[in-house]
Amino acid sequence: MSPVIKRKGEKFTLPSKYLLFILTILCSILMLVTFGTDIFNKPLNTAVGYIVIPFQQGIGKAGEWLSNRSDELVQIRILLEENARLKDELAALTEENTLLQQDKYELNKLRTLFALDEQYAQYHKTGARIISRDSGNWYSAFIIDKGEEDGFAVDMNVIAGGGLVGRITSVGPNWSRVTSIISDNSNVSAMTLSTEDNMTVSGDLKMMAEGCIAFKQLMDGQDMVREGDKVVTSNISDKYLPNILIGYISSIDKDANNLTKSGQIVPAVDFEHLGEVLVITDQKKTADMAPE
Amino acid sequence: MLRKVISALLIITCFVLQCSVFGKFAFAGIIPNLMIILTSSFGFMRGEKEGLLTGFFCGLLNDIFFGSFLGFYALLLMYIGYGNGKFSKIFYPEDIRLPLALIVISDLSYGIICYILMFMLRGKFQFTYYFTHVILPEALYTIVVTLFLYPVVLRVNKGLEAREKRRAQKFV
Repeated sequence: MSPVIKRKGEKFTLPSKYLLFILTILCSILMLVTFGTDIFNKPLNTAVGYIVIPFQQGIGKAGEWLSNRSDELVQIRILLEENARLKDELAALTEENTLLQQDKYELNKLRTLFALDEQYAQYHKTGARIISRDSGNWYSAFIIDKGEEDGFAVDMNVIAGGGLVGRITSVGPNWSRVTSIISDNSNVSAMTLSTEDNMTVSGDLKMMAEGCIAFKQLMDGQDMVREGDKVVTSNISDKYLPNILIGYISSIDKDANNLTKSGQIVPAVDFEHLGEVLVITDQKKTADMAPE
Repeated sequence: MLRKVISALLIITCFVLQCSVFGKFAFAGIIPNLMIILTSSFGFMRGEKEGLLTGFFCGLLNDIFFGSFLGFYALLLMYIGYGNGKFSKIFYPEDIRLPLALIVISDLSYGIICYILMFMLRGKFQFTYYFTHVILPEALYTIVVTLFLYPVVLRVNKGLEAREKRRAQKFV
């Protein structure tokens, strides 16, 4: 007799074999559906947002308080020394600043002359706190404590300390997932600042341990790119805003095809010690986002 | 009912701990896998069905937060829970060797399957590097955490089983 058939007066239980079978099919369907679309993301993201995120925020706050207290004790002496040094520096910088400010007036005047003003307009940014990191050891992503309610959306760029951190790949009402550029599954279209040669910057698990990321397919026919050159996001990327600093080239190798080059970049952001990040709420306008 | 609530609480607590606190205690960037400990121990303590359900929900939570699509980790952990459930007949609470062995084997197979599906299929063939730098350290760190977490799970389970027994006797 089949074990699924219900007998009178007996509590109905599903044998584990059948449950396994049903859930396997469910998972397969989920994978197929969510591979192309994101229809389940919204309700699920909302649900876990209200169940799990409060815990994470609580732990995040407690941890931050503890580390702040211990940091304070260590830092007082260092700060005193630093303070004296910084005061000297400040005097020098004030002088320099006045000079620069004069230059800036001139620059602004020239920019308006060239009608270049818009390209350098400031992006709108919102700060957010990291409350949890990736639960596995393969990729590098983290969760921040703001989401749709603060106007965040998928594909917004995330920066910290003047450099690119990554982009938002999933949002819930009060949380968003940021996939960082050092993650093995991330690729960024980039260019060198000095020569504007395009390349692809990809995260690599192997190099993550050394704090580096890899770049590939650098076309540099004239051998102009040097170690130490600045690498920024490119104009042609469809996810990243242009001219955000990624890092500095630390080594260049010629590929076997003798046409392209590859090598390593030291990122501008210290990914080991990230606490707060800035999310740029302006999104890159691309051709397929044209007005309907 | 109480069992379901407590299981859900355990899953959420472990997930939150794994993502936040253990991130701070990472050795060489490697964090232990509490989800595997939970899934395996529910599997061999309570049988196939609870093992696979725990695995499914642990995996789903992981998928929603960190997976690029839903269902991958859920499927993987579900089969690990089911496999561990097969050993519930030879499990005795006093013996810690079987749980340790099962958890290590589960974590190693989890790591190897993750490597095959997420890295090898993308043309990253240096298996020895990934095995020695990610999979093996994760398994070792997981054993260390198991020594502390497993007794807690065992005690919770014992408490629940005693309670269920009392209630069953009351009704007879």
